Amino acid sequence: MVGYFELFWTFFKIGLFTFGGGAAMLPLLKREVVERKHWAGDEELLDYYSIGQCTPGIIAINTATFIGYKMRGVFGAILTTFGVVVPSVIIITLVAAVLQNFMDNEYVEEAFAGVRLVVVALILQAVSELWIKGVKGKIGIAFFVLALGLLVFFNLSPVLVILIASAAGLAYLRGIKK
Amino acid sequence: MIYLLLFVEFFKIGLLAIGGGLVTIPFLMELTDKYDWFTRSQLADMIAVSESTPGPIGVNMATYAGFNASGFLGGIVATFGLLLPSLIIIILISQFVMKYQSCMTFQNILFGIRPAVLALILYAGYILAELAVKDIKGGIICAVLFLIIHRFKNVHPIFYILGGAVLGIVLKL
Repeated sequence: MVGYFELFWTFFKIGLFTFGGGAAMLPLLKREVVERKHWAGDEELLDYYSIGQCTPGIIAINTATFIGYKMRGVFGAILTTFGVVVPSVIIITLVAAVLQNFMDNEYVEEAFAGVRLVVVALILQAVSELWIKGVKGKIGIAFFVLALGLLVFFNLSPVLVILIASAAGLAYLRGIKK
Repeated sequence: MIYLLLFVEFFKIGLLAIGGGLVTIPFLMELTDKYDWFTRSQLADMIAVSESTPGPIGVNMATYAGFNASGFLGGIVATFGLLLPSLIIIILISQFVMKYQSCMTFQNILFGIRPAVLALILYAGYILAELAVKDIKGGIICAVLFLIIHRFKNVHPIFYILGGAVLGIVLKL
């Protein structure tokens, strides 16, 4: 049986070496979980990952929880989940604390003004990538326009927009089946 | 009680942010309206730092937002709130159906959510753009950056972010 510490430590390392979104984690998971530890097969890992993508929550956390639960039940799930976030908590706290003291510096201000432009461009790129995956056909575009309208004209909160969109999606699919 | 508020808000984000870490941006944007935990330009900086430090982006942003709101403990509480829905939902899914079928039921709900999430992110991006793009020069740089990033998607964002920092200092943005 896998030890609790080994579960925590493996996912701590995965959290530490993941740079970017959940997609950046997949190759690391494959190497550690499938190839080194044999905790899951290739297909099983992909299954976890795809369920993690379409269930609420951050993909990285979802996948960690799955594997932890499989190996050692609820406590195992808690350990892998904590393992994957602890590096973030430590590193971000340090970076945030240091940056707080330099935000008034002229060069830091200029650097971040440049970085913000990159952030906007990166978000646009993410939208264009998701568009190909997520918006299918005329009805997809209609849903997109509807959501954008709710945001811009009615200033609805994201929570409400998500709830309305999921209800509308279900209603539409039910309508098709009939 | 700020810690309780942080926990509740980030629990909601964990529950509703389906997909990648960037999906949390519109929810964090909403927090800038509701509370004075952090400003919108701080949010832009948080995104940049979260993309260029180790750890999943969504988790990084939660820790950062919580830290800005209320220090070290705030970061821990926000992160814990974010991960709790995953922990509960995934354990439940594991107990009932372990296979991909469980995803198929969810696909139906996602049908409407996917395009809506896209609208959410785009709108958040627009609000950030209003802040970041101060003049025509900024607009041109932003457009050129987008074209470059679009063309070379496989380059890790960290290099673009570092490049942006250098550009900012050199051009005195």
